Amino acid sequence: MAVCIAVIAKENYPLYIRSIPAEQELKFHYTVHTSLDVVDEKVSAMGKALVDQRELYLGLLYPTEDYKVYGYVTNSKVKFVMVVDSSNTALRDNEIRSMFRKLHNSYTDVMCNPFYNPGDRIHSRAFDNMVTSMMVQVC
Amino acid sequence: MEPGAAAAVGTAGAVGAAASAGAPAAAAAAAAGASAAAVSASYCPLPLPLSDGEQQCYSELFARCCCAPATSSSFFSSSSSSSSSSSSSSSSSSSSSSSSSSAGHPQPAAELGRGASLPGPAATAGANQVGDLFRASQLPAETLHQITELCGAKRVGYFGLTQFYVALKLIAAAQSGLPVQVESIKCELPLPQFMALKNDEIRYSNPTELHGMKCQIPYVTMEKNSFKRVDDGEKQQEKMSPIMSPVSSPPSSPSSYQRVPLTYGYGKLRSGMDQMHAAPYETRQHTLQQEGSTSGSHGPKPTRRQTSLIQSLSVEREPQESNSNYPDDPWRITEEQREYYINQFKSLQPDLSSFISGSLAKNFFTKSKLTIPELSYIWELSDVDCDGALTLPEFCAAFHLIVARKNGYPLPESLPQTLQPDYLQTAFLKPKWDCALFDSYSESMPVNQQPRDLNRIESSIKEKTDLTAPAQDVNIDDKQALKISSVDEAMPKDLSVDTAAKPGLLPPPPALPPRPLMSQTEQVSEIELHPQLTRTPSQTEESGSPVKKDLPHTQPPSKPIRRKFRPENQVMENQEPSSVSGTSSVPTVPTVKPHASIQKQSSKQKKAIQTAIRKNKEANAVLARLNSELQQQLKEVHQERIALENQLEQLRPVTVL
Repeated sequence: MAVCIAVIAKENYPLYIRSIPAEQELKFHYTVHTSLDVVDEKVSAMGKALVDQRELYLGLLYPTEDYKVYGYVTNSKVKFVMVVDSSNTALRDNEIRSMFRKLHNSYTDVMCNPFYNPGDRIHSRAFDNMVTSMMVQVC
Repeated sequence: MEPGAAAAVGTAGAVGAAASAGAPAAAAAAAAGASAAAVSASYCPLPLPLSDGEQQCYSELFARCCCAPATSSSFFSSSSSSSSSSSSSSSSSSSSSSSSSSAGHPQPAAELGRGASLPGPAATAGANQVGDLFRASQLPAETLHQITELCGAKRVGYFGLTQFYVALKLIAAAQSGLPVQVESIKCELPLPQFMALKNDEIRYSNPTELHGMKCQIPYVTMEKNSFKRVDDGEKQQEKMSPIMSPVSSPPSSPSSYQRVPLTYGYGKLRSGMDQMHAAPYETRQHTLQQEGSTSGSHGPKPTRRQTSLIQSLSVEREPQESNSNYPDDPWRITEEQREYYINQFKSLQPDLSSFISGSLAKNFFTKSKLTIPELSYIWELSDVDCDGALTLPEFCAAFHLIVARKNGYPLPESLPQTLQPDYLQTAFLKPKWDCALFDSYSESMPVNQQPRDLNRIESSIKEKTDLTAPAQDVNIDDKQALKISSVDEAMPKDLSVDTAAKPGLLPPPPALPPRPLMSQTEQVSEIELHPQLTRTPSQTEESGSPVKKDLPHTQPPSKPIRRKFRPENQVMENQEPSSVSGTSSVPTVPTVKPHASIQKQSSKQKKAIQTAIRKNKEANAVLARLNSELQQQLKEVHQERIALENQLEQLRPVTVL
């Protein structure tokens, strides 16, 4: 179950971050923040190859005893970070990939809205609904 | 019936005395028609002897008070006819009522079946609506208090079906002058009359019009607005019962609708006034009154459409009712709204089958003065395919949502079905497009049209300039002729529009420049031909022939110019009888000029615009030619490079070794 989903802008500030349960929000925020370093490391490692070949899905960034952190980066350097509960029956990689793909599609839809200025926080209800479905569904 | 009667006796203690008297009558009525009786029984478990006209009336009122959706106007008309027939023939005896009821029942029963769902006996009427309805009966407050006490609502604390019916009967009694007592309701009474259905005024003012929007009016009247008092002096129509009124309402409603939605969107967008989003319905009623009183004709309608600017604050709120119609649906777009949206779409994007880009739409919708998050949400709802652009149905949906939001409606969680693009596409837009196009052409300013046409022609011409070089020359030359002819076409349009205003300098100048233009194109095409000659002889042949063709091409355009200017000259001459040049055409070119002293400034502006357009076109043509030349050069350079690389490869092994 995805306990926390975050969308980080290119400049490494959050565009959207949401977690359940709410009381551990701070911890998840911290986790996401620290995971950004890992993301950067992975991106730079892959970046030597041509950008076209770089894969968007970064995979498991790092595991802790309670949860695992997965990362995904878009071509415009927008990062999606997902924190998944480890206790849950291990989610397969495919599922994580599909979740990221859905996230990416929803993010693109948000981008298409002319009233959305890139760099603003994301307030789109459709995006919220999609994230909610992802956080609840696996539960 | 008996258990129902017993229950009624139990609840309404005051009418207990009437129960015994009413039970046999009710039983007789039940025996008259089985299905009809079942219907009546389900809706009137009362000990009261209600004629079925009263039955219909009361059940309708009760339904309204329960905020149930009303039925179609056909239902009303049939019920009104049945009620009128029954009330005319009815007497105090139950047998006659039963006989008339048996005759009248199948019809209302059928209507009932078709109509909306009336609330069951267990439903309770909303206290507010009931109170307003009672106040609308224009009885003094004490009488109303008495009635409520008598009917037992106070005793039980709510307005159930029985209490409601008893109360209505008492109101009818009070209105006919009888004392408010239980005994008075035993006899046959006329239907109670309620005033507050304010739309009556409008309806009566326009009884002649008949459109297909029958369903919407009764809705407007019966729905939320209907039970509020209207405090203005126009109370002549109170003689009609509420059931009777819908008969005339359908004809007149379209007028109110047509007036209403038009001004609606305009004011919303352009005035940007802060509306009272809490939407007190009384004000709406007031505005409707004003509407009815001010204009009972369609005269204002086209003018309002044309003005498309700030309208009165009060008028703007009305469309909400037109929105909140048609089975309780504020998300249904009426015809006038649709046409307005289509016109707005056209103002942004002349091609109805194309898109409005996101930035364009953003600028447009920002004018509505809604907040950005709300606009963002509206966009999210309406841009179904999430492509960052709005097609016509998406645009209509977005516009409608904005309009609704400005009227105080909360935005829905998801796009309503009536606003879905496919629904809009199939339901409305296709048959309407033709009409809308014609309307727009008749409505839109001709001046706007002309630049648009010119732009279209220019854009189409520009598209053609991206072809290969040899083809380009031919096309360019043809296009020159095209452009010239388009300019000429634009000219007569101009002239036809403002014949009176600018007769002078317009016709002559275009006659001269096209010829130098054509000569220029010939020269340029000849220049271009030379590099082409070096390539292939076939190309020269091709290019040679087009050049020859151009000469005859260039000449015909000039003739139409002259011919078109002839009538203009004649028009001018009619206006200026003092002009010397009579019937000559080409010679009028130099001779007309001296006469063009009148109204020079406006014509000079026009001339300036025309020259600017021409210069831009020429520049476009030149740039296109340059482009083609550069591309040819690029190809040559590529070939040279390939040759050089081949040489290099051949030489390399020698150096390596």
